Amino acid sequence: MDSRLLTDRMSRHVFFVLTFLVCLVMVILAVVLWIKSLPVVQATSLRDVLFTSDWNPEEGKFGLLPYMAGTVFVTALAMLLAAPMSILVAVYLSEYAPGWVRVAILPVMDVLSGIPSIVYGVVGVLVVVPAVGKFSDMLGLYSSGYSLLAGGIVLAVMVSPFIISVGREVLSTVPAGLRDASLSLGATKWQTVKFVVLRRARAGMVAAVMLGFSRAFGETIAVLMVVGNVAQIPKSLFDPAYPLPALLANKYGEMMSVPLYDSALLFSAFVLLAVVLLFNAMARLAMKMISN
Amino acid sequence: MRSRLRNYAAQPARSVMTGKQESGVMKLKRIDTRKLEEGIFKALMILSTCVVVSALLVILGVILFRGFNSLSIEMVTARPRSGYREGGILNAIVGSLLVGGGATALALAMSLPLVFYMNVYVRRESLTPRVMRFVMDLMWGVPSIVYGAFGFIIMSTFGMRASLGAAIIAVSLLELPIMVRAMDEVMRMAPIEIEEASYSMGATGFETAFKVILRQTLPGLATAVLMAFGRGIGDTAAVLFTAGFSDSVPTSLSSPAATLPLAVFFQLGTPFMDVQERAYAAAAILTFIVLAVSIVSRLVARATSRHVVR
Repeated sequence: MDSRLLTDRMSRHVFFVLTFLVCLVMVILAVVLWIKSLPVVQATSLRDVLFTSDWNPEEGKFGLLPYMAGTVFVTALAMLLAAPMSILVAVYLSEYAPGWVRVAILPVMDVLSGIPSIVYGVVGVLVVVPAVGKFSDMLGLYSSGYSLLAGGIVLAVMVSPFIISVGREVLSTVPAGLRDASLSLGATKWQTVKFVVLRRARAGMVAAVMLGFSRAFGETIAVLMVVGNVAQIPKSLFDPAYPLPALLANKYGEMMSVPLYDSALLFSAFVLLAVVLLFNAMARLAMKMISN
Repeated sequence: MRSRLRNYAAQPARSVMTGKQESGVMKLKRIDTRKLEEGIFKALMILSTCVVVSALLVILGVILFRGFNSLSIEMVTARPRSGYREGGILNAIVGSLLVGGGATALALAMSLPLVFYMNVYVRRESLTPRVMRFVMDLMWGVPSIVYGAFGFIIMSTFGMRASLGAAIIAVSLLELPIMVRAMDEVMRMAPIEIEEASYSMGATGFETAFKVILRQTLPGLATAVLMAFGRGIGDTAAVLFTAGFSDSVPTSLSSPAATLPLAVFFQLGTPFMDVQERAYAAAAILTFIVLAVSIVSRLVARATSRHVVR
C-alpha cells in the first residue's frame, strides 16, 4: 500500500484510540473517586456522612455537614453578589457600550480571568479581610475579617469575568432582526432589551450563572485563604466557615494512618465532582438547546 | 412573546389617541417613567462595569506594589537559604516553568490529535465530535483540587513520590480541556472549502490536517497553547499534593519541585513577616509571568497569521 495512505489509516486509528482514552479519563476519575470513598460510606452510612456535623476522624466520625454548609453558603453569597452585576455588565457590553468601551473592557476581562487564584487569595488577605474586619467593628460585631463575607467577595470577583463572558456569548446569539423589529414598533432601547433581548436570552443567562456557580463551588485556594476555616455552620456573614475544597486541601495527603480518613476526604472530592458535573451538564444542555 | 410585544408596542399609540383627553402633565409622566427606568438601569450597568474594572486595578496595584517592595535581583537568581529567611525563590520560578512547560507539552500531544480527529477525520457536527465536546465541557468544569487528589491517587497507586513528573501529569489533566475547547473553537471556524480543496487535490486526511488545516489555524492554536500554559502555571490546588515542595531546583522528573503558587501559599502561611514578604514577591513574579504570557499570545497570534487564508 502507498505509504501516504498507510500513514493516513494509521493516524486515523491512533487518533480515535486517543480520543476514546481521553473520554475514558473522565469516567475513570469518577469511578476511582467513588471506589475510594466507598469504605467510609459502608462503615457509617451515606446519611451520616452527608447530614451529621460530628467530624472527629480519630473516633471514626465523619459528618461533612459543616463543610457542605460552608461550601453552599460561600458559593451562594458569591453568586448573589456576582450574578446581578455580571448580567448588567454583559448587557451593557453587548447592547449599550460604545465601541471604544468594548475595545477597552475586553482585555480587562481576559486579564481578570487569567489571574491565578492564589493571587486573588493574596489580595483577599491584604485588602478584603481587613476591610471586612473594619466593617464588622463598625457594626459592633468584632470579627477577625476571615469570614463568610470575605470568601464571598473574593469568589464573586473571581467568577464575574467568567459569567460576563458566557453572558455576552449568549446575548450575541439573539438575532439582530428581533431588536430591529422591536425598535421599529416604537419600543425604546431599554424596552427592547427588557422584553425582547433578555426574554429571548433568559435560559442562556440562567445557564451562564449556573456555570459560574459550578466554577465557584470547586474553587479552593483563594477561598481557603480568606474564609477562616473553622468547622461550624456559619450563623452570620461575619462568622468563619470551612468549605469542602478547603478541607480537602488542608487535610489530604497527611494523617493517612487514621482508618477511613483518606476515604472520607475522597468522598468529599466525589461530592464536589458530582455537584459540579451536575450543574455543568444542566447548563451545557440548556445552552445547546438554545443554540438549536 | 408576541402578546407582550403587542402590549407595549401599543402603548405609545394609545397615548396619542387619547392624548387630547389627558392632561399634559400625565403625558409627561408616562414618558418620564420609561426614560427613568432606562436611566437607572443604564447607571447601574456603568457602575457594575466600573466595579469590575476597578477590581482589576486594585488587584494589580496591590500585588505589584507590595511585590516590588520586596523584590530584588537576589530574589530571582538564588535559592532559599536559612529557613526561607534569605536567598531567593529561583527554585519556585524554575519549578513553575518546568511544571507549566511539561504539562503544556503533554496536553498538546494529547489534544492536537483529538482536535484533528473531531474536525478533520470525521464530520465536524457528527455524533463523535458532539459527544467529545460535551465531555470536554464537563472535564473543563472539574475543580483543580479534584485533579490534584486524582493525581495523588495515580501517583500512590504506581508507587511514585510527589515529584515534578506527578505534578506535570496532574496539571496536564487540568490543561487538556482548556486547550481542546479553545483549539476546537478555532478549527470549527476554518472554512470547509480549504479542506475540500485539499482533498480534491488528492491529499489524505493526515496531510490535510497537518499541512493545510494546521497552517490555517496556527494563530488560534498558539493562543490556545499559551492560554493553557498560563492557566497551568498559576494553578495551586492541582500541584498541592503532587509536586512535593523542595528548596532545590528539580533535576529530574522524579525529584520534588516547588512552584510559584506553592511558594506564595506556604510562605504566606508562616507567622514571620520577612518570610511573608517573600510570598508577596513570588505573587508579583507570578502575576508578571501570567500577564506576559497573555501579551505574548496576542503577539504570536499576529505573527503566525501570515499563512491564514481569508
